[in-house]
Amino acid sequence: MRRRRPVEPLVWLLFSGGGVVTAILVPVLLVLLGLAFPLGWIDPPPYEHIHAVLGHWIARIVLLGLCVLGFVHWAHRFRYTLHEGLKLQRLDAQISLLCYGLALIGSVWAVYILLFTG
Amino acid sequence: MADTIAMEVARYQPGEDGAPTMARYDVPLRKDWVVLDGLNYIKDEIDGTVTFRWSCRMGICGSCGMTVNGEPKLTCATFLTDYAPGPVRVEPLANFPVIRDLVVDIDDFLDKLSEVKPWIVRDEAPLSAGEYLQTPEQLEEYRQYSMCINCMLCYSACPVYGLDPEFVGPAAIALAQRYNLDSRDEGAAERLDVLIHPEGLWACTFVGDCTRVCPKHVDPAGAIQRYKLTAALDTLKHYVLPRGGR
Amino acid sequence: MSVRQTATAVRGRYQPRISLWWWLTKPSYLLFVLRELSSVFIAWFIVFLLLFVRAVYQGEGQYERFLDFAANPFVVFVNLVALAFVLLHTVTWFVLTPQALPLHLRGRRVPGGLIIASQYVGWLVVSAFVFWLVVGW
Ligand code: SF4
Ligand code: FES
Repeated sequence: MRRRRPVEPLVWLLFSGGGVVTAILVPVLLVLLGLAFPLGWIDPPPYEHIHAVLGHWIARIVLLGLCVLGFVHWAHRFRYTLHEGLKLQRLDAQISLLCYGLALIGSVWAVYILLFTG
Repeated sequence: MADTIAMEVARYQPGEDGAPTMARYDVPLRKDWVVLDGLNYIKDEIDGTVTFRWSCRMGICGSCGMTVNGEPKLTCATFLTDYAPGPVRVEPLANFPVIRDLVVDIDDFLDKLSEVKPWIVRDEAPLSAGEYLQTPEQLEEYRQYSMCINCMLCYSACPVYGLDPEFVGPAAIALAQRYNLDSRDEGAAERLDVLIHPEGLWACTFVGDCTRVCPKHVDPAGAIQRYKLTAALDTLKHYVLPRGGR
Repeated sequence: MSVRQTATAVRGRYQPRISLWWWLTKPSYLLFVLRELSSVFIAWFIVFLLLFVRAVYQGEGQYERFLDFAANPFVVFVNLVALAFVLLHTVTWFVLTPQALPLHLRGRRVPGGLIIASQYVGWLVVSAFVFWLVVGW
């Protein structure tokens, strides 16, 4: 039996998980942090409040999940977009290395910030 | 309503033309005429050398698929009046090599189709054991996928297949799923071996155009995503429980 | 076998090649590529989010500086574009879910519309909760 076990299915699971959490969490966070606070629609929360919320371990874990899955989601989708949109199939190995590599670096950075800072 | 409509038909003579050229014909525009009727009119009355495939004229045989104004269509189910005042551009199905005029080479699809074993795989019980029973609910599980008529419109709509000819492609995967979901079938593991490779399921990026163009509402795109989920969970199980996981 | 034999005259075939600009040839392809590009803005936002979190962890001064950075017109513009793409991602993701994940309840397939609607409800609830958590009202 030629049952090779590629990692592709596992990456796809992470990609899909990332698709779900980003679809749910990113819009509201983006509206608040990226538009509502900077444009003064809503007053930014006082420092003590936001520090308390983000300092809580549940927030750290949830955000870590969002960041890691989100980065993998990007890497996987962007890899295929380059692959198909620009007809770069022959560079697949390099593109994969670049995309998943960046996602890995981003994830390490997220772990550092969320678990080892503050 | 005008009583004629112009049809622009792709012509390609192997060995003579480097690439297809478009020829223009005027055909009667009748309310009950489909694109295929227009082509048959051209063949009978104007130019007998125009070559195309068709058979049933009722959306069942799947042989009359062509590109009509840029979209893959069953030409026996596509009315000329929908394109009035014209012209109607008729080209061969995209993503397949052209043999002549509107006829494409479908060998690649046929090979892929047989690779996924689109039949019931099972260790046969003796005849005396009786027939394999199936409830209406079990039939409902796969009925949608069994509607496929192998017209290949989905392959023609799929940019992934166009870019990567190794990709197994929509209809073949939907048909694999049709048998996987059949309660009488035992071939899921064999089919997964064929499809778990990068060119099997994973090349698909859910463009979804196959589902949009399918004349039989098979939803091959959905079938592929469902299959991916099954394959991924199966793989996960394999990693978590390396032995005896299946 | 005879079919294969005639098929050996492959030299006479016209082999179409897909253009580099294939994704501009149909609205459905364009929507697909835009949907895939939403991931770039997802990645941008996550970097933005991590910068925000880091600023909060580093102290009040850094937090104020981050708010100034976020108010930079260029950053606001990028976030505005990002929002359009992120919403495209959310909507398309919800629409495609029932296709990929058929649910069964008591032996019957749950209609796709119901799955989509319940995702929107869940989305609203989570968004309201996050809003309350961050803003405090
Ligand atoms: S899945 Fe639909 S479009 Fe594809 S071959 Fe079958 S009937 Fe035709
Ligand atoms: S001629 Fe049979 S499907 Fe159109």
